[in-house]
Amino acid sequence: MKPDYTPTELLATVAASLLEDGKSVFVGTGLPMIAAMLAQRTRAPNLVIIFEAGGVGPRVPVLPISVGDSRTFYRAAAASSMHDVMSLSQSGYIDYGFLGAAMIDPYGNINTTVIGEHDHPSARLPGSGGANDVSSFSWRTIIMMRQEKRRFLPKVDFITTPGYLNGPGAREKAGLSAGTGPFRVITQLGLYGFDDTTKKLKLLAVHPGITVEQIQEASGFEIPVAEQLETTKPPTAEERRLLHEIDPRGIAIGK
Amino acid sequence: MEILEEGHGELIGWQDPDERREWIREHKSRDLKDKRTTIAQAVSAYAPDGALVAFGGFGHIRVSMAAVYEIIRQRKQHLVLAGKTAVHDADILIGSGCVDRIEVAYSFGHELRGLSPASRRAVETGQCKVVAELSNAAYQWRFLAAMMGLPFIPSRNMLGTDTLRYSSAKVVRDPFSGKPICLLPACYPDVVFIHVPRCDMYGNAQIDGTLIEDFELARAAKHLVLTTEEIIDEAEIRQQPWRTVIPFFVVDAVVEVRYGSHPCQMPYLYFFDEEHIGEWLRMSRSAEGTVEYFAKYVHGVRDFYEYLEKVGGLQVLEHLKKVEQLREPMTAPWLKKE
Repeated sequence: MKPDYTPTELLATVAASLLEDGKSVFVGTGLPMIAAMLAQRTRAPNLVIIFEAGGVGPRVPVLPISVGDSRTFYRAAAASSMHDVMSLSQSGYIDYGFLGAAMIDPYGNINTTVIGEHDHPSARLPGSGGANDVSSFSWRTIIMMRQEKRRFLPKVDFITTPGYLNGPGAREKAGLSAGTGPFRVITQLGLYGFDDTTKKLKLLAVHPGITVEQIQEASGFEIPVAEQLETTKPPTAEERRLLHEIDPRGIAIGK
Repeated sequence: MEILEEGHGELIGWQDPDERREWIREHKSRDLKDKRTTIAQAVSAYAPDGALVAFGGFGHIRVSMAAVYEIIRQRKQHLVLAGKTAVHDADILIGSGCVDRIEVAYSFGHELRGLSPASRRAVETGQCKVVAELSNAAYQWRFLAAMMGLPFIPSRNMLGTDTLRYSSAKVVRDPFSGKPICLLPACYPDVVFIHVPRCDMYGNAQIDGTLIEDFELARAAKHLVLTTEEIIDEAEIRQQPWRTVIPFFVVDAVVEVRYGSHPCQMPYLYFFDEEHIGEWLRMSRSAEGTVEYFAKYVHGVRDFYEYLEKVGGLQVLEHLKKVEQLREPMTAPWLKKE
């Protein structure tokens, strides 16, 4: 039977379910915005949403097109500056960082800069933006992305944004803040965490109807599976209604 | 201090802090004088070929598009751009051929609208060179170091990544904590253009909404040109001095240009003109279309006001005002693809 929800809706509801009330989240552009907005309208009304251009604690009315858009400081606690929010992040105020990604490796390192050689790229991507900062400063980073073999890579061409770099202890050795790093990766196929010992990606849950084989087929590297593999909850009718209320034009969520 | 790692990106815009102080002493007047001029004169006076240019705002928000179009109209060459979340400005300036070097925090992508055909083509064919990479906070703090009159500022981002390896930053051992720390070099752009909702004729400026990084950028600039939605009386500024974000003595020129950020968003005043941004994204898919865009909207018009007529005039601008105030829904050609 065909489900009554789209993969993007599922991605958004699973992501929203990871956010806790009374915590702060630094939100990147695209799907992370819609997931944070859904969380604020459901389980986490007191979620403090932070945007890099200076939006602090807004009640976002409709999906912003940009993380600097005036919707990102609509009825906000403060409209400040990038220096302010990045400093708050660096000093430990941000519980969750919420990012999109183009390509990722088993340690959660992200590439959004180039495909191929840096100086002679076969494809040029936007660059770090605030992503390197968000992953360097937030206590827990959540990554939302499309999973395909060419996006889940044993090694990325360019580490734009730090995951666990090359393994346990590498972040601290590089000088990054202790106790930070990628926490979850959510794709249209499943939900991933990171193994405590190896700091490598591990499958925690599959989405309804998805098999472990499908997960492996859509990855360029072998992904270990948690002992107790779970299945994520499908979006409720109310969550789906809210998603389309947040994004009435279907900009991120689709039609 | 022990240097642990050095980025090999090109160091642009750096200056010895004492040279910088001398320069300020000589060139930045503290005299209260009328700085009103035209955008044509301001660009001609402060943006010579080869200059390092930065724009205030962020992505498609509060960008001085009047200045961007005038730079193209004057056919400036070999400009270097601070790609500090420079999106629409970067795409258009690289597409026009005025900019051929860029330091990138975030460029080449129009966020939810998709990637930038013109500037990506320029980078992928080698016509525009990316001289260094860094993150948004790193760029913002390069301007902070500059406004503080410091040679560098420490930070805890970029560590361990290729973003650092391709930046102009260095990693040292922090003498206090003993941990590795990133040092970001100060950056003084030759000219900065910032669009504000209002200022007086001396340059005392207010900004509504988030400041993004314009507080720091304004003070890091060698020359600062303000474009403004309106010029207000000095008395009005002095009545609420806490609202002044940019004080007059860091400003070199003031240009009144209403809707001067179109097709970008001006918080509380007007929304993004998605139809026009969409037209640029469509036309810039080919080199010919890119040339056609500039022929139509820049070289084919006398000035910014004629451009505003060409993009739909008052009818469109009034609609954008209502969308910004959440009174009308937005429309966008890139939405219709679904």
